[in-house]
Amino acid sequence: MEKEVAIVAEGQTGFVRRCGISISELCSIAFTEAMEGINLKNEEIDASVICSATEYDKQRSPAGIITEYLNLVGRPTFCVESLCSSSSSGLRIAYSLVKSGMHDVVAVIGFQKMSELTSAEAAERMGRSGDVMWESPFGLSMPAAFAMFASSHMAEYGTTEEQMAKVRVKNSICGVLNEKAVFRKKITVMDVMNSQTIVSPLKMLDCCANADGAGVLIVANRDIAKRITKEPVWIHGLGASTSSTTLSGRETYSSIACSRSAAGAAYDMAGVGPEDIDVAEVHDCFTITEIISYEDLGFAQPGEGVGLLEDGETYPDGRIPINPDGGILSKGHPIGATGIGQIRTIVRQLRGQCGETQVNGARIGLVHNLGGPGIYCFVTILGRD
Amino acid sequence: MGFDRFGVKSFVSETKAEAFVDYLEGGKVMTTKCTVCGNVTFPPKMDCPKCRSSEVEWVEIKETGELVAFTTVMYGPAGFENHVPYTLAAVKFPNGLRIFGEIDAKMLNEQIMAGMKLRVVPVKLPEDRVSYQFQKA
Repeated sequence: MEKEVAIVAEGQTGFVRRCGISISELCSIAFTEAMEGINLKNEEIDASVICSATEYDKQRSPAGIITEYLNLVGRPTFCVESLCSSSSSGLRIAYSLVKSGMHDVVAVIGFQKMSELTSAEAAERMGRSGDVMWESPFGLSMPAAFAMFASSHMAEYGTTEEQMAKVRVKNSICGVLNEKAVFRKKITVMDVMNSQTIVSPLKMLDCCANADGAGVLIVANRDIAKRITKEPVWIHGLGASTSSTTLSGRETYSSIACSRSAAGAAYDMAGVGPEDIDVAEVHDCFTITEIISYEDLGFAQPGEGVGLLEDGETYPDGRIPINPDGGILSKGHPIGATGIGQIRTIVRQLRGQCGETQVNGARIGLVHNLGGPGIYCFVTILGRD
Repeated sequence: MGFDRFGVKSFVSETKAEAFVDYLEGGKVMTTKCTVCGNVTFPPKMDCPKCRSSEVEWVEIKETGELVAFTTVMYGPAGFENHVPYTLAAVKFPNGLRIFGEIDAKMLNEQIMAGMKLRVVPVKLPEDRVSYQFQKA
């Protein structure tokens, strides 16, 4: 069946530790890149969705000031937040606005300037990531939650710290080639094993790093999409779900329930299964997250995610290449822009624009984006046709 | 002083579940049970998420549970700089409840392993604060 909503353009800043410019200027770089080379005037954008984990912003309600800077005022805008998956939330909203017929063209703009906070301010927010009533009083942080998932996966399936380190090794191979990534160095298992323990069993190099960055997607309905670009990428499936915020409320720690339900919904909507995916971006905020997510997305059976990795199946030349842009571990993690960073890579893969990291003949791609320690999950399936 | 006495650092002072802290003070770790549908949750919920009744009673957690997930935190958030290292854990109880909390710091030098038997006990913290922790059963 012909799809009805397309991504017609993408743009993204480099992700960097400290950008040294304002949030509006950051978004402007990504917006200018997205608008280049397409047949679309600014005034034809009917609405915008601004995506940010606003607790990291100095600017209250940043949608206003960003739309002003990008000359999008006089039209509706929406600000959405779901922590690390904010911009995947934004794509779902843009899709709904276009599919409903409310608007023809919607810009999704995700950003975060993590360097805007001092390390003390960042540590304060880190302490409020969990349920502030029942779990933050124990000093829970997002890394600690994922470290607990790692311990559970190790106990249940015998996963080792060295095996987790191999995720970082794989992703660093592509990270070296991504000029928009923070980390562009090849990393070995020993590098990871010798790095400092942050939250056992996770060490410094098992963890992604904060970054500044912005990304833009332009979403349009079928008829207009074909006029705007010769290379629309079609939205085949969107799945979204939630898990309990409290860790006490989770039934398991070796799997993330919202990943499973979001993936199921996305596969159903797209009419495909995990075996049909040619290339994927999988949330790798920590090394363990990528392994658990292979299993939650159906790329491997429970407990067999490590095998998929060790057999080379998720390497760029493997059966199901995962994170061919180096993943969040290489790119860095500008919370509100992270999802667009992932979606952009799949859009470019499906258009065959990825040079050395291009997956030959990729026609169907998947993006998996978690918010927080698996509180939110969005799975997006895109297709060339 | 009410719920803001809970834990190493608290963020919430007003809640209908304030009795939780009084029970900790009195030496009991309690949670809520819906008197209409019998649903027991942790953390406590003064409004039953299943049947929406607000008729709940407090029940004590006395059972022995099993450690299912844990981490030793070397770098903590603001307010925990002097508390590191500390070990956070999720413990599963026979009635299906799972409780998140901290493992007794005295166990830090021992081998902490998934599957080990733990019980949840109230503890007094400095500056008139209260909490609960997991200890060897």
